[in-house]
Amino acid sequence: MSMTMAEQRTMSQPKDDTGSRIGMWLFLFTEILLFGGLFLLYAVFRSQNSGEFHKAAGDLNRTAGAVNTVVLLTSSLAMALAIAAIRLGKKQASVIFQGITILLGLAFLVIKYYEWSVKIGHGIYPGSPALLALAHGEILFYGLYFVMTGLHGLHVIIGLGILCFMLSSTTRGKISSSDFIRLENSGLYWHFVDTIWVYLFPLFYLVT
Amino acid sequence: MKTETGSSYRTYLVIWLLLLGLTAVTVAVYRLHLGNAGAAAALAIASLKAGLILLYFMNLRQEGRFLQGIFLIPVLLIGILIGFTFLDVWYR
Repeated sequence: MSMTMAEQRTMSQPKDDTGSRIGMWLFLFTEILLFGGLFLLYAVFRSQNSGEFHKAAGDLNRTAGAVNTVVLLTSSLAMALAIAAIRLGKKQASVIFQGITILLGLAFLVIKYYEWSVKIGHGIYPGSPALLALAHGEILFYGLYFVMTGLHGLHVIIGLGILCFMLSSTTRGKISSSDFIRLENSGLYWHFVDTIWVYLFPLFYLVT
Repeated sequence: MKTETGSSYRTYLVIWLLLLGLTAVTVAVYRLHLGNAGAAAALAIASLKAGLILLYFMNLRQEGRFLQGIFLIPVLLIGILIGFTFLDVWYR
C-alpha cells in the first residue's frame, strides 16, 4: 500500500474532457468582461470625439495592422490543424503545426514592436509631452491604443509561453491522441486572443 | 462522459479562407469612407469573423446546449454595459 494520493486520484476519477473545456470557457468569459470594460471606454470616448479619433487613427500603420490580422488568423488555423492532427494520432504533424503557430505569434509581436517603436520614436507614448500637446480626443485615442493593444500583446506573450509548454509536452508524448485536452484548451485561449484582435483591428486602424 | 469536438483539415481551411476574405472586405469598406455606416459595417464584419472563429475554430457549434447557453451571459452583460452607458451618454 505505497500508493500516493495523486495515484489514487487518477485511478478513481475518470477523465472529464467536457468539464475541462467548460472550465476553460468560464475563464474566457472573465477575459471577455476584462476586455469588455475597455471596449466600453472606447465606445464612449469615440462617440464624443469622433473627428479626433479619425485623425489620430489616420496616423497608424494600416498595412502593419492588416498584415498582423492575417498573421494571427493564420496562426489560429495552424492551431486548429495541430489539434486535428493530434486527434488522428499524427504527432509529427501536430508538432509542426504547433511550431508554425508559435512562429506566427512571434511574427505578430515583432510587427507590433515595430509599430510601437515608430510611435515612441515620434515621441508618442503614454504621458509623453508630444502626446499631451495633441487634441483631447487624440490623447484618449492613443491612451486606449497603447492600453488595449498592450493588454492584447501581453495575452499573445502568455499564449506563446503556454504553446511552448504544449509543444514540449507533445514531443515528450504527454499530449497524445488519447489525451490532448490541454492542447485543446490552449487552442481555445489562442483563438480567443485572435478574436480580440479581430475587433481591435477595425476599431483602431480603420476609423472612418 | 466523453464528447468529441473538432472538424476536418478541410473545414478549417475553408473557414480560414472565409476569414481572410472578410478581412479584405473590411479594408475595402473602409476605403469607401462611409462615416457612421462604415463603423457599423466594420463592427458587423468583425462580429461575423468572431462568430466563425467561435463556432468552428473553437468548436462551440459542437458543444452542449449548456455551454452554448452560458456563453450568452458575458455577451449580454457587455451589451447591457455598453447599451445602458450610452443611455446616459446620449440623454443626460
